[in-house]
Amino acid sequence: MSAQDNTGRRIGMAWTPMHTTIAIVAAALVIGLLPGVKMNLVVNGIFLGAIIALGAIGLTLIYGILNFSNIAHGDYMTTGAYVALFVVASLLPQFGIEGKGLGPFTFGYPLLIAIPISVAAVAALAVALDVAIYRRLRERGVNTVVVAMASLGLAIAMRGLVQFIWSGEVQRYPRETRKFYQLAMDVRVPPDAIFITIVTVILVVIVYLVLTRTKMGKAMRATADNPSLALVSGIDTQRVIWWTWVIGAALAATAGILLAVFQAQLLPTMGWKFLIPLFAAVILGGIGNPYGALVGAFVIGVSSEVSTQWINPSYKPAVAFAIMIAVLMVKPRGIFGGGR
Amino acid sequence: MALLEASGVVAGYGQTEILHGVSVSVDSGEMVTIIGPNGCGKSTLMKAIVGLVRAWSGSINFQGADISAYPPERIVRTRLCYVPQSNNVFPNLSIRENLEMGAFIRRDDYRGRIDEMFELFPDLARESGRRAGTLSGGQRQMLAIARAMMLDPIMLLLDEPSAGLSPAMMGLVFQRIREVNESGVAMLLIEQNARDALQMSNRGYIMVAGENRLEDTGKDLLSNPEVASLYLGG
Repeated sequence: MSAQDNTGRRIGMAWTPMHTTIAIVAAALVIGLLPGVKMNLVVNGIFLGAIIALGAIGLTLIYGILNFSNIAHGDYMTTGAYVALFVVASLLPQFGIEGKGLGPFTFGYPLLIAIPISVAAVAALAVALDVAIYRRLRERGVNTVVVAMASLGLAIAMRGLVQFIWSGEVQRYPRETRKFYQLAMDVRVPPDAIFITIVTVILVVIVYLVLTRTKMGKAMRATADNPSLALVSGIDTQRVIWWTWVIGAALAATAGILLAVFQAQLLPTMGWKFLIPLFAAVILGGIGNPYGALVGAFVIGVSSEVSTQWINPSYKPAVAFAIMIAVLMVKPRGIFGGGR
Repeated sequence: MALLEASGVVAGYGQTEILHGVSVSVDSGEMVTIIGPNGCGKSTLMKAIVGLVRAWSGSINFQGADISAYPPERIVRTRLCYVPQSNNVFPNLSIRENLEMGAFIRRDDYRGRIDEMFELFPDLARESGRRAGTLSGGQRQMLAIARAMMLDPIMLLLDEPSAGLSPAMMGLVFQRIREVNESGVAMLLIEQNARDALQMSNRGYIMVAGENRLEDTGKDLLSNPEVASLYLGG
């Protein structure tokens, strides 16, 4: 019985980062109330933060368990977006499945079919690449910097392949133009942003439940905590690594699709350019900490959006890094670092 | 034949040879302690036995099977379980989750085993939802032993279970170790507190510079004047 008594408190403890996220979003909205700050930018930043969060959670899990920075993570996003494009623009129309302008959204219901297909494809690709490349490097005990460089090579190769298949031209999912919602304080919300928020919330809750309720999720956290103790406990670390890729790649593919919807365009460089905010969010939250990455994502999303009010938007990545550095000067191990 | 029989084990890290042919044996239900100065290779020997360090030559037999080429995750399936000296819990997992990870390879319902561990270590039961990283040194050591006990081991390897503990805590940990041994689990122990450890051990080994120096019953090692002056601090 004592276990059940304690369960409540455990959830309470683990949900603190969730509360922090809600608090940060609320704080961002309060900042938006300040005179001279455009609330519209704050709200936009929250939506951008949601997309960053999906990429950053996967990136930080991969860092925590495989112990290297997956520089190809942005290109997993790009690949996910383009696989979905293939599904909605080429594959499904062959079966007479076409459509756009589902309810209030710009995209059609075929995109809802394309998301799970793309997620499965990118997850399978990630596992295949682990077998083909990363596992071999691990077995040879290669330095993690070399592994990160391998992922850089993979990033360039994936981007090249996307460009080769789909060309470097701007592409779009079949879309219907939709009016933005006009809210108080000059806030203009594209209906698609509602979809992005709902998908992000669902996925974050699923990842949380996987990490805290399933045996494999607990084994993932255990492996991140103490790899050699995981080995002597009999945890199959190879399987843990594959599941980490599956989760990371699935989140990245979804993030890529949502980014393509949010920006209303696909470009072969879209994921690569997203790497800086991703890494800023991961480092800000404390490397390896998924809840930290969630919080970091919203800090980076909102602050870099709001900065465009005073600074040229092309400096957004620089703003993301400046904020990251400022926080690290106060808390060198990130907002949630140093918990060990 | 002994339960665990390591003979002529040569092992090391990179190019550096640490163990130059060490032999240790443990019988069923026996408690055996290895003592020796820092850096003599005691921990390396344990790591070689559980597969974290590959033995360059020599053999390691457990229950008659040569396990020296097995990876760690296979050795643990033979129910030979290991508690490292430091970093021996998962700090960001709760006490209960640590025990669940100890039972990772079990396919059956192990909740009863968790309750047994909570009976053996009542300190842990009270705060089963607490993160292991926030526990005191003694509680952490208890949890580390309980985690290794989840598989119902035939034999436990404990690397310095009393390291960094207060004398009172140390006594408690030793008492738990004795109870576990009395329940039939064979033990191989590395200890700095050689006197206490030898007192409760059937036999002891003294290792120096990666080689066997002496082997005797716990009592005889304690009463050996040379051992007393050199290894027990007078």
